[in-house]
Amino acid sequence: MADIGALLAQRSLAKAPRIGDWLAFDPAGEVIVRTGKAELGQGILTALALIAAEELGVDARRVRVPAVSTRGSPDEDYTAGSFSVSVSGGAVRLACAAARSLLLQAAAERLAVSPDSLTIADGVVADGVGYWNGLPPDAMARRIDSVMVSGKAGARQGALGRLDLPDKFAGRPRFIQDLELPGLLFGRVVRSHRPGSRLEAFDDARAAAVPGVVRIVRDGAFIGVLARREEAAARAAQRLHEDCRWTPPPIAPPDDASWLVQHALEPDAVVADEPSDRSAVHTLEASYSKPYIAHAAIGPSCGVARFDPEGGLEVWSHTQGVFPLRRELALILGLAEDRIVVNHMEGAGCYGHNGAEDAALDAVLMARAVPGRAVKVQWTRADEFAHEPYGPVMLMRLGAGLDAEGRVVSWRHDLWSNGHTGRPGRSKQPSLLAAAEVAGGQARAPAMDPPIEGGGGSHRNAVPLYDFPARQVTRHLVAYEPVRVSSLRSLGAFANVFAIESFVDELAELSGQDPVAFRLRHLSDERARAVITAAADRAGRGAPREGRSLGLGFARYKNTGAYCAAIAETDEAHPLGLGRLVLAVDAGRIVSPDGVLNQVEGGAVQAASWTLKEAVTLKDGQPPLAWPDYPILRFSEVPQVEAVLLDRPEQPSLGVGECVHGPVAAAIANAFARAYGVRVRNLPITRERILAAST
Amino acid sequence: MDHGTTQAPPDRPIRLRLNGAEVEVAAPADEKLLYVLRGDFGLKGTRYGCGAGDCGACMVLVDGAPTPACDLPLWAAAGRAVTTVEGVGARAPALVDAFVAAQAAQCGYCASGVIVSAAALLARDPLPDESAVRAALDAHLCRCGAHNRMVRAVLAASRAQADG
Repeated sequence: MADIGALLAQRSLAKAPRIGDWLAFDPAGEVIVRTGKAELGQGILTALALIAAEELGVDARRVRVPAVSTRGSPDEDYTAGSFSVSVSGGAVRLACAAARSLLLQAAAERLAVSPDSLTIADGVVADGVGYWNGLPPDAMARRIDSVMVSGKAGARQGALGRLDLPDKFAGRPRFIQDLELPGLLFGRVVRSHRPGSRLEAFDDARAAAVPGVVRIVRDGAFIGVLARREEAAARAAQRLHEDCRWTPPPIAPPDDASWLVQHALEPDAVVADEPSDRSAVHTLEASYSKPYIAHAAIGPSCGVARFDPEGGLEVWSHTQGVFPLRRELALILGLAEDRIVVNHMEGAGCYGHNGAEDAALDAVLMARAVPGRAVKVQWTRADEFAHEPYGPVMLMRLGAGLDAEGRVVSWRHDLWSNGHTGRPGRSKQPSLLAAAEVAGGQARAPAMDPPIEGGGGSHRNAVPLYDFPARQVTRHLVAYEPVRVSSLRSLGAFANVFAIESFVDELAELSGQDPVAFRLRHLSDERARAVITAAADRAGRGAPREGRSLGLGFARYKNTGAYCAAIAETDEAHPLGLGRLVLAVDAGRIVSPDGVLNQVEGGAVQAASWTLKEAVTLKDGQPPLAWPDYPILRFSEVPQVEAVLLDRPEQPSLGVGECVHGPVAAAIANAFARAYGVRVRNLPITRERILAAST
Repeated sequence: MDHGTTQAPPDRPIRLRLNGAEVEVAAPADEKLLYVLRGDFGLKGTRYGCGAGDCGACMVLVDGAPTPACDLPLWAAAGRAVTTVEGVGARAPALVDAFVAAQAAQCGYCASGVIVSAAALLARDPLPDESAVRAALDAHLCRCGAHNRMVRAVLAASRAQADG
């Protein structure tokens, strides 16, 4: 399998081929690294600083990584798919190696020695000349692929703390919500809390009377208020919401996954092996499902926009892709892309496609009403819950046959789902909310599945990594989209791995085999075996503590990314019954050990929350509007998390943001099945469902 | 619910003690403290999360007690001592340092509110055990899953405080 990260790094380099596209050496002694990837709370800016520091041989504290902007940053599309370290990191590594080589070659010529005999100490070669004064004049304009690489990277500097965290802990302005601009107006949008509703009556009399309101903006069904003070905007929006009337859409989406089957398009084969020549003595079938899951960022979406008097537009957004957002805005506004600048500013963790870009368009539409003035639109908690695109509902039906020795002789996996990405900037049809609301607006583009070569969407990780013969893996894509859906962290991998790894345990149980041994006998991939063994050893395999049960889940993310084995340990004393999660992860060469641990630990807790508590239920079409409608894991409910990292310095670095979600869900399901003697196959695994399954 | 009432300007400026300093606020008395802190005083560490006191992102101390600022009218803080995360950082830098040392966040949006509640806990109980820390932070939601790191940071700060 080709290294997709390396291929995508080449794509980034094709668009930004010169050293100076990625690097600058500031006369004050700083190194400035430009990236097309956005800080989402995953620590990418810090990881890139570490990579640059290592390749250049400079102290990591000299490296600054400004936020991505369409003005001056390389175009690296979306920050998604756990690709940032391999793709942007790969490109930065090559750019830095080229700069290092030019520095060494110039110094070698001066000193009449071989470049490889020289060393770099904090950016300075032995003779006192460094990056800031010793590079050839054309260095930054040189193509990276034209430079012959000399010298070696310096030592790994993994201990650097996250560059963004001190500001955040001290409460210093850092997030987009904190952005101040001269004459800034505060905006709120007003939408029905039932997505898909039609505006029937509009009355802005009471809203316009709120002191401090500057403008009520209305374009078709797009409604917003602008005010000098944030409280005034919030209050006026509240009144408008009370005084406008909407008709909800006629059809409420059903509350289980069975409707997917009725609406499926023609199935397509993800894998279709030849039938098995071995006959099965045991066969098993089971169905699994996952509900809609909300991204539910802690900070609701926010967008800032300003039109200059000549009609140029500047936008600030916590989008995952400033270039795709610029493309989408150009499409919606009929404005040339070069008249638009989109700057990234950090928001709360997003975990996929949430309301970020919708809020940006909302701000743009309101800013259009007040040219020259900057407008900041803040979504409310209800806006976010009601209008963010959810991670899609999925249904999986699995079947397998075992021979007399308990080996798998056939494997079937059918999955039903909407597409998993409705991101903006991807099609000729807009995908943002307000684009459909303005007068003459267009219907929203439906969600699509990314191709399997890039990791897939609903079919992500539908193909097991095990050496199973006679595999039939089939996707049943569903075009009917009763609720807006799009990318949620790990896309289809969460549900597919939950189903596969639950089913693998069911097969082991059916044939009386130990679940760890059953997996290992079907798994020849050494790195896969190593994470399973490492997790099992750490968790005390075979000998769970008194009164506790263990469950295992494993996957290699996208079958090309990081390997993860998760073990869940039950604990009756814990409020939700889950005492501990043990993870073993192999993400190739580790750039920032604590950064990896933080992502792995956090991902495990989030996956536990999805697995044990979360579901967007649309009773009579009503989405959640507040946290009590959508409970997530709390401090008192969070399990202990232990992670073992298997460093592979000789292997390419792989992202870790999404590799734990599926394995954790399956590990919990398997541990609970062992502890309670019943298996819950429909997420979330709540006490109510365990009780219902027991009776 | 606000039905047709208009915001009357306050008769006189409201006074409160903000991060140790006596201040006068000219904002309307029924505005939420959150918007006054962020808008009038530029104290951005108090964050908007839900507007209903459900998530803890806007936690401040009012006379030492953790209180969500998002649904607290300004008049309710009149004459009282309000401490934001910026004030906690100035008075108890060890707690903020412990969060940095533990790298106790991913996106960090919830962290400033958590630090405020942790400061109140340590003021009341200088050496809490782990379950006391979890209980004290249970009013806070974290979506990135940084809970355990934050708990460890608070425990480390309490030990540092006891040793120092």
